[in-house]
Amino acid sequence: MPDILFVQLGPLPPGLLEHLAPPASRAFHLQTSLHHPALDPAPAYDASRHQYLAATLLDALARLPAHRVLGVTAVDLFNPILTFVFGEAHLPGRAAVFSLYRLHEEFYGLPCSPDLLLARAVKEMLHELGHTFGLTHCPDFSCVMSSVHSVEGVDRKGNSLCRRCSGLLQGEL
Amino acid sequence: MNPDKPSLLVVDDEQVVRESLTRWFTEEGYNVHCSPSASDALRCLADHHFDLLLVDIRMPGMDGIELQRRLHEQDSDAAVIVMTGYASVDTAVTAMKQGAFDYVTKPFDPDEFSTVVKKALEHQHLQRENRALREALEITTEDIELIGRSAPIEHVRELIRTVAPTDATVLIEGESGTGKELVARAIHRCSRRRLLPMVVVHCGAITETLIESELFGHEKGAFTGAQYRKKGKFEAAAGGTVFLDEVADVSLKTQTDLLRVLQEREVVRVGSTAAIPVDFRCVAATNKNLEALVKEGTFRSDLFYRLNVFRITIPPLRERPEDIPLLASWFVKRFSEQMNRRFGGLDADALQLLCRHPWPGNVRELENAVERAMVVGREPYLHAPDFAVGDSPPASPAELSLEAMERHHIQRVLHQFNGNQTQSARALGIDRVTLYHKIKRYNLTVRSAGAEPRP
Repeated sequence: MPDILFVQLGPLPPGLLEHLAPPASRAFHLQTSLHHPALDPAPAYDASRHQYLAATLLDALARLPAHRVLGVTAVDLFNPILTFVFGEAHLPGRAAVFSLYRLHEEFYGLPCSPDLLLARAVKEMLHELGHTFGLTHCPDFSCVMSSVHSVEGVDRKGNSLCRRCSGLLQGEL
Repeated sequence: MNPDKPSLLVVDDEQVVRESLTRWFTEEGYNVHCSPSASDALRCLADHHFDLLLVDIRMPGMDGIELQRRLHEQDSDAAVIVMTGYASVDTAVTAMKQGAFDYVTKPFDPDEFSTVVKKALEHQHLQRENRALREALEITTEDIELIGRSAPIEHVRELIRTVAPTDATVLIEGESGTGKELVARAIHRCSRRRLLPMVVVHCGAITETLIESELFGHEKGAFTGAQYRKKGKFEAAAGGTVFLDEVADVSLKTQTDLLRVLQEREVVRVGSTAAIPVDFRCVAATNKNLEALVKEGTFRSDLFYRLNVFRITIPPLRERPEDIPLLASWFVKRFSEQMNRRFGGLDADALQLLCRHPWPGNVRELENAVERAMVVGREPYLHAPDFAVGDSPPASPAELSLEAMERHHIQRVLHQFNGNQTQSARALGIDRVTLYHKIKRYNLTVRSAGAEPRP
């Protein structure tokens, strides 16, 4: 059965990937598996920006044999035109990556909240994986595929696909 | 490509930028094309239509600013966002002057960039919609709405077509009720100023004390009651047309002020010393003979020459009787809609009556006559007795009814005293108010010396 391969890119909070796997499996009707060992994101590091180039990580992930490959990292991601990205994916394609870096409450000077971090991580994961299935940004603000550029936006949107995007996904599956 | 989605062209010599932007916009659901150079972009633009262009400033060969200039020359309606890796005020200013919608520095903040792109697309959509509406408006306002097929009215139509596209000042002459404002509106509608306002100034209706403020505006506190700053008619025209109706009725003082505005193209508001430049086309109208008034010394000759650049004389209705049936039918149709009545037209007797009548009040009198007839008449046709117009001038007054005789007599006396109502009333042995009411009742024409037909 096709699967989603979870790939840890550098250190992550313990147990996080185990929490992310079930919602991914439910949303896309795919099995999940974990890649061992964790990969090092260092080759994607850009010294001038002190950030990691998402496209480099995506290319590395795309070389792994799986139906879909999802990279999860705690480092700050960027692409050449934007100051940062929460995540990036091949649309359509096999690889997606997202970062916890700007999903932490601590990044905004607030007390740590593991539950909130997990909730945000689930949304970003579903969003980037959704792109690999050909889903583009959705105008429905409550849909997980809606386009957001701030953590407030991540909190505002829902953690599931709207009816339209679900329909499109069914077509892809 | 999805035709419902906005289409974007990314022009950047760096492949990584093109790829990143393509990924970003594809995720947003846009149709994205990429060009590695300005010259390639121009080729691409020749074959495809784009809503938004994202153009890098620094590129080998033709740079982004030059590309923007070329686009401007091609009259492209695509919005342009200029991108650069090096923030520089000079290049930003140049880009914006060339008509760029916005200017962004790489790398972009995702939130700000997303907002800029959305706003640019909205702006472009509105601009395109606006252009479409203007074109639609042009189609609907092309016709000159003057009713009639007679040679004199065809000539007027021809004069309108000739003068409208120019910016020349026009002087419209014609008796009361001939449709001077209609001609002025036709000139405005056929001119390049048609999408800007046409401001009508009924010079005779504004009291002398207020006319200066009405025409030129006033500052707050300029006079008692001036609680707010107010723009005058010339400023309100804002690039459109100013129609000075009954221009012969303004005082010599206001004539001087008008002359200054026509010459200098600037106004000074009452209570201010600052001259404000104004852009307008002037169309003036009169029912008097301005040349006669100039000779009399009641109208400034220099203002007359300023106004009399292009003259259109509207013929009185009696000189184009062949238009009467057409006009009457048109009024019947119009009032039928307004009154919710179903008149099919006029019967032969009614038409004959209207064609024989001299119509001293011209088209306006005919309009009123038709309206009245439609109130008293019975559907489906208007008959001669429905019209309260006198019969044609008889050979001998003995044929007239008492009422027609009175009408005829008052008209003759008014003519004898050159329209002077005080003298006419005295001669008739009635007071001025009674005379005034009778003039209104019989819809008589009061002509002053200046209103005599020109030789």
